[in-house]
Amino acid sequence: MTATTFGWLILAFPLAGAILTGLTYKLTKPETAGWIATGAIGLAFASAVAAAVDLLGKPGSERVIPDTLYDYGGAAEIPFDLGILVDPLSIFMALVVSGVSTMIHVYSVGYMGTDEGYHRYFAYLNFFVFSMLLLVLAGNFVLLIVGWAFVGYASYALVSFWYRRTTATNAGMKAFVINVIGDIGLVFAAILIIQQLGATEYLTVFETAPEVFDSDEWTIVAICLLLMVGAFAKSAQLPLHTWLPDAMEGPTPVSSLIHAATMVTAGVYLIARAHPLFELAPTAANIAAGIGAATLFIAATIAIAVKDLKRIIAYSTMSQVGYMIMGVSIGAYGAGLFHLMSHAFFKALLFMAAGSVISAMANFQNIDKMGGFRKALPFTFLLMTIGALALAAFPGTSGFFSKDEILGYAIERGGWYWACAIAGYAGAFITAFYSFRIVFRVFYGEPCKEAKELEGGHLAHHEPVNPHTFEPEDTDVGFPGKVHHIAERTWPMAVGMAVLGFGALFGGYIQVPGIDATLENWFEPVFEASPLYAIVPPVGQAWLGLAVGSLISILGVSLAYYLYIVAPGSTDRIRERFSRTHQVLFNKYYFDELQDALVVRPVQAVGRFANDVVERVVVQGVVNVVREGVVAVGGAVRTAQSGFVRSYALLVIAGFVALALYFLIAAA
Amino acid sequence: MDISWYLVLSALMFAVGAVGVLIRRSPLVILLCLEIMLNSANLAFLAFARSLGNADGQIMALMVMVVAACEVVVGLGLIVAMYRRRLPLDVDEARGLRG
Amino acid sequence: MVQVAFFAGAVGALGGAIAVIALRNPFYSVLALVVHLVALAGLFLLLHAEFIAAAQIVVYAGAVMVLYVFVAAYVGNVDEPLWEPIPGQRIIAPLLGLALFVELSIAVLGSALKAIETRGPELENSFGSPEAIGELLLEEFLIAFEAASMLLLLAAVGAVVLAAKRRDEEGERA
Repeated sequence: MTATTFGWLILAFPLAGAILTGLTYKLTKPETAGWIATGAIGLAFASAVAAAVDLLGKPGSERVIPDTLYDYGGAAEIPFDLGILVDPLSIFMALVVSGVSTMIHVYSVGYMGTDEGYHRYFAYLNFFVFSMLLLVLAGNFVLLIVGWAFVGYASYALVSFWYRRTTATNAGMKAFVINVIGDIGLVFAAILIIQQLGATEYLTVFETAPEVFDSDEWTIVAICLLLMVGAFAKSAQLPLHTWLPDAMEGPTPVSSLIHAATMVTAGVYLIARAHPLFELAPTAANIAAGIGAATLFIAATIAIAVKDLKRIIAYSTMSQVGYMIMGVSIGAYGAGLFHLMSHAFFKALLFMAAGSVISAMANFQNIDKMGGFRKALPFTFLLMTIGALALAAFPGTSGFFSKDEILGYAIERGGWYWACAIAGYAGAFITAFYSFRIVFRVFYGEPCKEAKELEGGHLAHHEPVNPHTFEPEDTDVGFPGKVHHIAERTWPMAVGMAVLGFGALFGGYIQVPGIDATLENWFEPVFEASPLYAIVPPVGQAWLGLAVGSLISILGVSLAYYLYIVAPGSTDRIRERFSRTHQVLFNKYYFDELQDALVVRPVQAVGRFANDVVERVVVQGVVNVVREGVVAVGGAVRTAQSGFVRSYALLVIAGFVALALYFLIAAA
Repeated sequence: MDISWYLVLSALMFAVGAVGVLIRRSPLVILLCLEIMLNSANLAFLAFARSLGNADGQIMALMVMVVAACEVVVGLGLIVAMYRRRLPLDVDEARGLRG
Repeated sequence: MVQVAFFAGAVGALGGAIAVIALRNPFYSVLALVVHLVALAGLFLLLHAEFIAAAQIVVYAGAVMVLYVFVAAYVGNVDEPLWEPIPGQRIIAPLLGLALFVELSIAVLGSALKAIETRGPELENSFGSPEAIGELLLEEFLIAFEAASMLLLLAAVGAVVLAAKRRDEEGERA
């Protein structure tokens, strides 16, 4: 079995799992459905591993393999076929996606065990993994767009999973609409590519692009900017980022999978994949790097102010994806993708641990109400700390190696990229701070009411309400289930978390500067044509960067330790002193309000106008005129049906007279 | 006399019969007017038979008379049936096709 | 001489026809039609159609009109109401009749038929006699003759069916 066969299998298993789980929802017990779904993704992961092994068996130049299942023969004059591209980049993404998804499926079997919508959940989750794998394995831009759109839909379906909650459905719609804006950008980019280059397949496009375009020609810049619109909508970068915090309305494993490890990294994958185009348009690449740097910093600052546990982690995701975007835009492809992998591990882990904590809090998410869970949730505490350490890029963790590799590359490239590096280091400091803000606020301090209950062995429980609006709910389908599951009591959750924790701690050792360069060698066949990929910082400089990084990380953690453990209450005093700044941060820089005023309200006004004037007056008016015309004609004709026999006789005679007249005239 | 006189007379009688059908309301009188129209046709047939020297026209007139007789029989039967059922003998009352 | 006879017949026929449509009492209309039919019989004689004239008197004016008289007597003399429910009928109908007459006249008189302007050929005496009619009926037009008999039979049966008293009917008026 060749690598490409495995490639198709990677796609087939999750799709089959989704269909099977979805269609047999009445036949299977909830747990069975969950394990079937997990099995499907597990098989996909196995196929990805097999494909990787097969690729490793080939020499480097033969590792980029396109394969076609069906040729549409240029339908609608668009040259594309049902084809995948199996190469180190796509297999790497497939491994990360399927691997982390398997763990999240295992976790979900436990976490969603008592939800009424169990089968629907796993069907959607499998479909999401299928879509994401389709996106990364696609061999041409059209199939990429198909996978892109499917992922957007799956995200919508899963965010509004508890569909009887209005806040959830609103969040789902917001996510979907912003995703569609990205889709539009992507489609326009594909149209331009077809128009300029006459092909959609990756290999053809990337080969012919340098011949057709000069560097920084406006067409290629436009294409790259449109691709960036798509990437930023999916990866929640400024200004299309407002959907991500609201998307936390979905169940926690959904946040873990979609909004931490996979969907938000689609933009990073896109830029890495389309790197030949971006290298032809340095302007666009620089803009992307700038936006990545800005997002990284701004999101980190917001994360130190918001109160909802999942939203803090969401902003952290936004910030880390900013690092990745910045990385692949400046040419650090290997480093950016390495950070993608390590981020997948520790962010998914953080969300899983947060899920456990929220269950202990009976579905409340406000960290103000949490505290002192250390004794009650020891396993969760351990794994949350591991995740926080990786997020803070503490020396030795995976996050440490990956994040600092990006920043080291930025310094090596020099020029204005120094600004990116400085933003990166500043962001790292804030990241370290807020990662431990979470840990110290939730697990240290005076145990809260729920923690005390749990220490006594009893899981807290109260009437189900919406955690944000406090509307009363029930536990039937469309709302969260009755029972809450914590990691200490539910073994699938613990298993998922443990595996990811291992990856978060030790995953970084595959790319230690000067010792091994596993990923760099692995990606060589994909990026070898790129001059930027060849830039490798010298080992000594890399280790200097690592040292600076460790210092910043330790400082950040220590600051958090000081403010929360040594001098508790000092954060309240700081908040009062800088209340104006705090307001801005707490309100997320008013981006939502800005979008509301600039986009939502004008569109609503147009809609109102269209309804009141165009629809009611013009369209309805035309219809009314037609209707009244027909009724009038009918009324006129109806007078002939008087029922009087003599009128009918009159008509007969009159007809005869007319006919005779006609013949008389004709004969004359 | 020229045949044309007879033909004009026939046309006039036909017109009178037609007007009668349109004007009168009693079904009995309408049938009478129909008789007038049929007779005018008979006259025209006979006039042409005379002018062509061909007696086929007379046979035709005979057949017309037979048909007229049959029609009268059925029509009068209808009128009697209407009368028996106490329906008003007025053609304008039969307005079931209205609308 | 012939002209006088023609005009007498014509006046009688027309007068009878107009009387039929003008008189309000249906019984009077029936009588007017009898006059019309007899006048027409006279005209038929002028056209060398003796048998037909006789048949007209005996069958038409004799049998058919007697039927009419019976029914008119049975149904009763209800004068026609004056009021016209259909607006404009009493104006349009005569106009249409006039138009009809004018058109037909034009068709007859304006046609290129030469024979109309003549009396017609000289006919032998047997033209229109019963022997001639009988020969034609039984030789050339045998099928039409038989069909006519069938039709008469059907009409008779139909009339009986139509006018038969139903068992659930109330008693007839005197």
